Amino acid sequence: MDQSKLTEYWHKNLTYVVILLCIWGLVSYVLGIIFVKPLNAISIGGFPLGFWFANQGSEVIFVILIFVYVGLMSRLDRKYDVQE
Amino acid sequence: MSILTWTYIMVGITFSIYIVIAWRSRVATTAGFYVAGKGVPAIFNGMATAADWMSAASFISMAGLISFLGYTGSMYLMGWTGGYVLLALLLAPYLRKFGKFTVPDFVGDRYYSDTARVVALICAIFVSLTYVCGQMRGVGIVFSRFLEVQVHVGVIIGMAIVFIYAGLGGMKGITWTQVAQYCVLIVAYLIPAVAISVHLTGWPIPQIGYGAAISAVGPEQGKYLLDVLDVVNKDLGFAAYTSAFAAGQKSMLDVFMITFALMVGTAGLPHVIIRFYTVPNVKSARISAGYALFFIALLYTTAPAVAVFARYNMIDTLNDKPYKQAPSWFLNWQTTGLMAWVDKNGDGIIQYRPGDPFVGPPKFKEADGKIEHGKFGEPLVTNKLTDNQNELYVDRDIMVLANPEIAGLPNWVVGLVAAGGLAAALSTAAGLLLVIGSSIAHDLYYRMINPQASEALQLTIGRIMIFVAICVAGYFGVHPPAFVAQVVAFAFGLAASSFFPIIIMGVFWKRTTREGAIAGMIVGIVFTAAYIIHVKFMGAGFWFLGISAEGIGTVGMIFNFVVCYIVSLLTPPPPQDVQDMVESIRYPRGAEAAKAVH
Repeated sequence: MDQSKLTEYWHKNLTYVVILLCIWGLVSYVLGIIFVKPLNAISIGGFPLGFWFANQGSEVIFVILIFVYVGLMSRLDRKYDVQE
Repeated sequence: MSILTWTYIMVGITFSIYIVIAWRSRVATTAGFYVAGKGVPAIFNGMATAADWMSAASFISMAGLISFLGYTGSMYLMGWTGGYVLLALLLAPYLRKFGKFTVPDFVGDRYYSDTARVVALICAIFVSLTYVCGQMRGVGIVFSRFLEVQVHVGVIIGMAIVFIYAGLGGMKGITWTQVAQYCVLIVAYLIPAVAISVHLTGWPIPQIGYGAAISAVGPEQGKYLLDVLDVVNKDLGFAAYTSAFAAGQKSMLDVFMITFALMVGTAGLPHVIIRFYTVPNVKSARISAGYALFFIALLYTTAPAVAVFARYNMIDTLNDKPYKQAPSWFLNWQTTGLMAWVDKNGDGIIQYRPGDPFVGPPKFKEADGKIEHGKFGEPLVTNKLTDNQNELYVDRDIMVLANPEIAGLPNWVVGLVAAGGLAAALSTAAGLLLVIGSSIAHDLYYRMINPQASEALQLTIGRIMIFVAICVAGYFGVHPPAFVAQVVAFAFGLAASSFFPIIIMGVFWKRTTREGAIAGMIVGIVFTAAYIIHVKFMGAGFWFLGISAEGIGTVGMIFNFVVCYIVSLLTPPPPQDVQDMVESIRYPRGAEAAKAVH
């Protein structure tokens, strides 16, 4: 396979990684730590929102992020024919 | 049947299962011994990774820790799960494609240097040994609490069991026993949590239940559990449970730094990374990180619920109640030294307030080998009392250990919790011991001393090294050095400040040079270690921006990245074959070729 295709594959991979890591940082560090106090003013059910992001939300979203990455990369691997 | 009988039955059954699995998965090749023949399906690798990762501390202590910390405890929940996202996105697929056996393998080959290999090797052994001593101690404590044997007898039984399956089956034996151990520990954790959630809120899912309204009959019925707990905490003089960064709690910067250090440290721990070498291909490496985190999150999202239920139950049933009417589980657990009550004001009523009731863990007053009791029937302690109003001593481990009794569950559940605690401790210990054994036998002996060593000789050396490591860990389990609790900060700090940056740089920047990596690792480790030693052992304050020892790995990591980047730019680029190798690990195809090298 020619090098430019491979470079394109690698750059798409990096784009996915950067986007997903932004979400990773957003739910844990931004919503769960930096803005926890203002978010705690909002309640969902009995959970103050900031507290929920730190206590439960981040963990659940982390799991989803990994499976989204797996899905995106499987598609990308096939498209660029680099799969095993 | 009594709790003790049930405990023996549960522990006996689970241990027999582990030994049968170990016998069936014994190995005769180094690939089987170090990386389970690279044939573990992703979902099982996920379970094994989860069991490997969740230690006795996760199982027994974490919920209790969170229940005392409230919101601040979230740093452990986020920190110990978020690292898997980094693993899945930044490390696991590339290390699997690289396709050798250990972390020092990658560092040594990528940085074309035996010096780098040795630095990585020393870090891997130090981090793993630190960790494993704590696990053997955990095994001993579970044995002594539930089976009423001496701590050292418990440690020796644990050492023998681990040696049987780590020595016989290597990574393959460990992986399949860890799958069984995960099942045991998660069932043991969820049953009491679900039962308490139903009892208190009517929700069978604890993750939802702890934010729901209280359904149990009483004055608080219909109010949200977390709201009630906030009010109760404030009334007693604690910070509200869900509040952040209040007086007496950690600052925002500190919570941020600790969470980050734990995440990056997780992604840099050798016994976690090595698991991603065991799967058949790159795609499975990505997926198994996802499964691993899913299985970990099952426990890690239940823990904060257990923390809330336990704190509410404890305050509700004990605080401002006459000692004579205290529930039976409270009376039972006092004999273990995990709970105690001193009647400071002489009113016979239990007052729970902030602060320690007395100095240190309780030492009961004995005469003729019998514990002396006070006028309300409480065991008397000899500790020096503090001058606050708190009368109740509660060890954080009680929140999980006494859970089945607080919920009024049958005795077999108590036995199951003991088996679960042992499963958590043994599975982690085995994974760590394998890292130590393979680091010495593979990285030091085979790669550096005797590259001509036959398969059989390598296997024998690997088994001997595991045996030696078990003996060292067992010794420290029985005679814990005073600094055991403090060195845990070391394990994460060093993993964060040494491995993580140079593996990331090695994969994502071809220009990273040997000199850059070595300089980065050394600066990261020396800074982190010096700060931890200065703060923890020499009693200095948190002088660097008020960051605690647990969070300083984040700063060490940043230094490592910066130094590695600058030094790499100033030194000649890596040889072409190394750059080609970095290029090749970026594309999944051809993972089998790397395997054929060995």
